[in-house]
Amino acid sequence: MLDKATQRVVELRDWADERFPVTAFWRDHLARYYAPKNLNFWYFFGSLALLMLVMQLLTGIFLTMNYKPTAGTAFASVEYIMRDVNWGWLIRYMHSTGASFFFIVIYLHMFRAMLYGSYRAPRELLWLFGMLIFAVLMAEAFMGYLLPWGQMSFWGAQVIISLFGAIPYIGDELALWIRGDFVVADATLNRFFAFHVIAFPLLLIGLVMFHMISLHSVGSNNPDGIEIKKHKDKDGIPLDGIPFHPYYTVKDLIGVVIFLMLFSAVLFYAPEMGGWFLEKDNFVPANPLKTPEHIAPLWYFTPFYAILRAVPDKFLGVVAMGASIAVLFLLPWLDRSPVKSIRQRGALFKIALTTFVISFIGLAYLGTVAATPIATLFSRIFSVLYFAFFLLMPIYSKMDKTKPIPERVT
Amino acid sequence: MRLQRVNVLSLLMLLLVMLMPSSWAAASSGVKLDEANIQIEDRDAIKRGAKLFVQYCLNCHSAELMRYSRIGQDLGMTKEEVRRDLITTGAKPGGVMTVAIDKEDATRWFGKAPPDLSVISRARGVDWLYTYLRSFYRDTSRPWGVNNTVFKDVGMPHVLWELQGLQAPVIESIVDINGNTQEHIVGFTLVQKGQMDAQTYDDTVRDLVTFLDYLGEPSKLQRLALGKWVLLFLAGLLVLVILLKKEYWRDIH
Repeated sequence: MLDKATQRVVELRDWADERFPVTAFWRDHLARYYAPKNLNFWYFFGSLALLMLVMQLLTGIFLTMNYKPTAGTAFASVEYIMRDVNWGWLIRYMHSTGASFFFIVIYLHMFRAMLYGSYRAPRELLWLFGMLIFAVLMAEAFMGYLLPWGQMSFWGAQVIISLFGAIPYIGDELALWIRGDFVVADATLNRFFAFHVIAFPLLLIGLVMFHMISLHSVGSNNPDGIEIKKHKDKDGIPLDGIPFHPYYTVKDLIGVVIFLMLFSAVLFYAPEMGGWFLEKDNFVPANPLKTPEHIAPLWYFTPFYAILRAVPDKFLGVVAMGASIAVLFLLPWLDRSPVKSIRQRGALFKIALTTFVISFIGLAYLGTVAATPIATLFSRIFSVLYFAFFLLMPIYSKMDKTKPIPERVT
Repeated sequence: MRLQRVNVLSLLMLLLVMLMPSSWAAASSGVKLDEANIQIEDRDAIKRGAKLFVQYCLNCHSAELMRYSRIGQDLGMTKEEVRRDLITTGAKPGGVMTVAIDKEDATRWFGKAPPDLSVISRARGVDWLYTYLRSFYRDTSRPWGVNNTVFKDVGMPHVLWELQGLQAPVIESIVDINGNTQEHIVGFTLVQKGQMDAQTYDDTVRDLVTFLDYLGEPSKLQRLALGKWVLLFLAGLLVLVILLKKEYWRDIH
């Protein structure tokens, strides 16, 4: 027997359900969305990426309230936020630290997919939506970095936009069209602001929805790389599945709190992270007449930047940089292994993946240092290894000695 | 189990890269910097530094992103104290730290307009500032009679010379492999006494740099004070969510 108050709530729910699928939504995506019961800590990074997106959107809204996107006012308005706006420093640091942490989370999330073969059939579209999110996120971060209007903001944008100038025939016109001026200037800042606060966030939200819809349609992969939908009970519930809510909501909470502790440690005690998250030169206002001695993008772009610099020809360098991102899109079709997860893969794939990780980190480091001959040599070696991981994958993934796939999750 | 180790290893490698100090942010002048060893929580040092800043720097250098009242608020000074100790111009306590110097005049006098110092500590780093302010030496070829080992041919005169005195460089000649003689400045000797001895001058510069560090990021005082409470709260929350998860997952095998 329900008491009166509860009955009222039930009535309200039924009223709403007749007009909008509230209960069905809750059921399909949380309470009766079955996830494999063996998901490990690598699976935290999906929900953490969502958390970061929300944090960037919310802090971004408050920053927009006080930020002034003109070349004459941008730098001072950021410092105004840091000094005169109540809790402005916290909001700004959440946003700047958040950008780097977003990329840490996304890179680990992508690495998880590579470990357990989460991009393989039937999750190719899930991977493609994820890759699109990654591409848009890079554009979002690049444009956002111009907004503080420091020396690195300015010269970083100047260098990257000038890359479009390397495209034959249309290059110079294209770079001019992107900047809206002959150098990075007020017009550039204004349009980057528009893209950063409206265009790309909207795109991101849309793509994240598509990413989640396809995830909830095919279901999560798992560390064993097997499909839990193969074994269902008489009610059609996967035997190795458990409802996402409450099991994974409470488990992900642990991930969230640990993540927030790391995040807060950086935010409160090292918001510049020794120049990795906020570069020193960016505390000097943009000066079109004075080129900094050493221009380096922020760490999350440096692997691709290192590939760009490794190629002697500028145009081919741009092509190589584009290809290094594009090749990731092809991953589902490059992998010809009969198994998905690293748990069943043989030595060949493990060696290849380890080489890839070392090359990626090596390139990330080399992208931050001056292009000395020795750095360039290493950049070239790592670039070749980076591409070899992908381009040779159809061969070594097929040759690899794999273990049998277990029937049920372990 | 070996696979798990590989996973953890790659994660560790990523973290390690994150923690490496960035090499491009390092000083480019090649001069070894002395450690400033400032204590940002020492409000008295900040206050002493603020007075020095107003007296010696704020005539040519502005700090236009900072309000006098904010300094007063952070250091627990009354409006009257701010007026008496910090404001030498007709500025209002709520106003920003501007200077009256004309940009064109300044460019004529110094070769370059003196930069605004609001965030100079974040652009240069405290060690650079500490070393720079102690590295002026006599060089009669320069317009102001001084040069600087940290910032070669700097346009700025040695404003603190009355405190430090004047130093002459100790030069060492090295013959390189091509047989050319190269001169290096390896140290300084005091040739004209100032008001302070070397130790007192270093401490004074340290106070000034402490203030500049505060000036670069006044919220640092709040940030450091708040951080431990946030982490403590999250640590408590972590225990609760772990217990919550255990409770829910009891029946999952």
